[in-house]
Amino acid sequence: MDWILILTALGILAVLGAVFGVILGVAGKKFAVEVDERVERIRDQLGGANCGACGFAGCDAFAEAVVSGEARPDACTPGGAKTAAEIGRIMGVEVDTSAVPMVARVLCLGSNGVVGERYEYHGVRSCRVAAGLAGGPKQCRFSCIGLGDCALVCSANGIRIEDGLAKIEREKCIGCGMCINACPRNVIELVPADIKVEVCCRNTDVGKAAMSVCMRACVGCKRCERECPQEAIKVIDGYARIDHDKCTRCGICVERCPRLCIKFV
Amino acid sequence: MDVITNILLLFVSGLLTNNFIFSKFLGCCPFLGVSNKVETAMGMGLAVTFVMALASLFTWAVGKLLIAFDIEYLNTITFILIIAGLVQFVEMFIRKSSPSLYKSLGIYLPLITTNCAVLGVTIINFDSYVVMEGGLGLLYSVLNGTFSAIGFMLAIVLMAGVREKLEASNIPKALKGFPISLISAGLMSLAFLGFSGLFAS
Repeated sequence: MDWILILTALGILAVLGAVFGVILGVAGKKFAVEVDERVERIRDQLGGANCGACGFAGCDAFAEAVVSGEARPDACTPGGAKTAAEIGRIMGVEVDTSAVPMVARVLCLGSNGVVGERYEYHGVRSCRVAAGLAGGPKQCRFSCIGLGDCALVCSANGIRIEDGLAKIEREKCIGCGMCINACPRNVIELVPADIKVEVCCRNTDVGKAAMSVCMRACVGCKRCERECPQEAIKVIDGYARIDHDKCTRCGICVERCPRLCIKFV
Repeated sequence: MDVITNILLLFVSGLLTNNFIFSKFLGCCPFLGVSNKVETAMGMGLAVTFVMALASLFTWAVGKLLIAFDIEYLNTITFILIIAGLVQFVEMFIRKSSPSLYKSLGIYLPLITTNCAVLGVTIINFDSYVVMEGGLGLLYSVLNGTFSAIGFMLAIVLMAGVREKLEASNIPKALKGFPISLISAGLMSLAFLGFSGLFAS
């Protein structure tokens, strides 16, 4: 056996490895970038969904922005009060944690069969595209189109399409608002999670115009406005709006609405 | 003249006829993994070009050393060592010297450490150019590395363009996502096969 050859091979590789080891070791010291340890700690508190609700490119960017003072410690809506308090503790500032978490709601009841069909749509599976085609495949020009643009962007994977209508799973929603930007019809809104009564229609047409396109459209009849004991409901621009500060959740409007478009949610 | 012809041949070969992905099937992992958007594909392509040119340069020197000691059979493990060390070093250096470049390239650099395209080009270089006498081998090595990497970039950017279109297309459910991407990659490979007819002799 040629021991010399084996020893040469071993020696060369060992020397090469050692040289690279030393170079990397020196470079590691020399090129060390100082990172504020608070960035790391704040990052650990965040969910890591990179949803973008804070307005920054992701959780890492948000953590850096908080430390450099560009972002407020409570700007992470999905994290809610708990995360805000933790970040406040790390940064050494007081954070008001009394705010109610926000959740997204679909304010439309126009599932297949409830709202009339304008035409059969076979194009690209995207609400944004369908909305531009002769006013959309559904007769109501304010309704949810139901092709799932919102479900696609949802960072919590909590939106399903049922019977042509987007459904948000309440437990999953983290309130990042991505679906709101994706919806071409603006029928998704961010509301405080403790709101219980909601008018689920955004059709601004009144009377027959609204009635003929959808079985559950708000037609602006003002019955809820008259019946509400708190005077918390006003019909403005063709659909009813509830003043949630006055609303006592008595449910009279839910019972009396002839169009069944006010709901407990 | 001979040198210029050779360089031109290297260019066409790296880009089209011997494209790393479509005819050598090296580097398929990042090709499918980082080709969702044209922008990220471009970043990955640039990072690979950078590393492959540098790796060609360094492995030429070390390859000469291996030949001098008569232990050419150790080229694979030595080159892996060099590439891994080099990428680490480059990452540290970029991070310190240019944070903006680090942000755009940084996330791809670790991916390249174990990229078989980089190892592939160094071994191909070793077999054909490092054994050459004189300094011309160095030129050919580095150019081969660079052009091959540009070929990789061409392939990954083309693929990203196709995949961006696929996103918006109405595709049968069974083929959605990866299946249709793999089929497209196969078709593109077939199309690139046509370039091998460029040189008949």
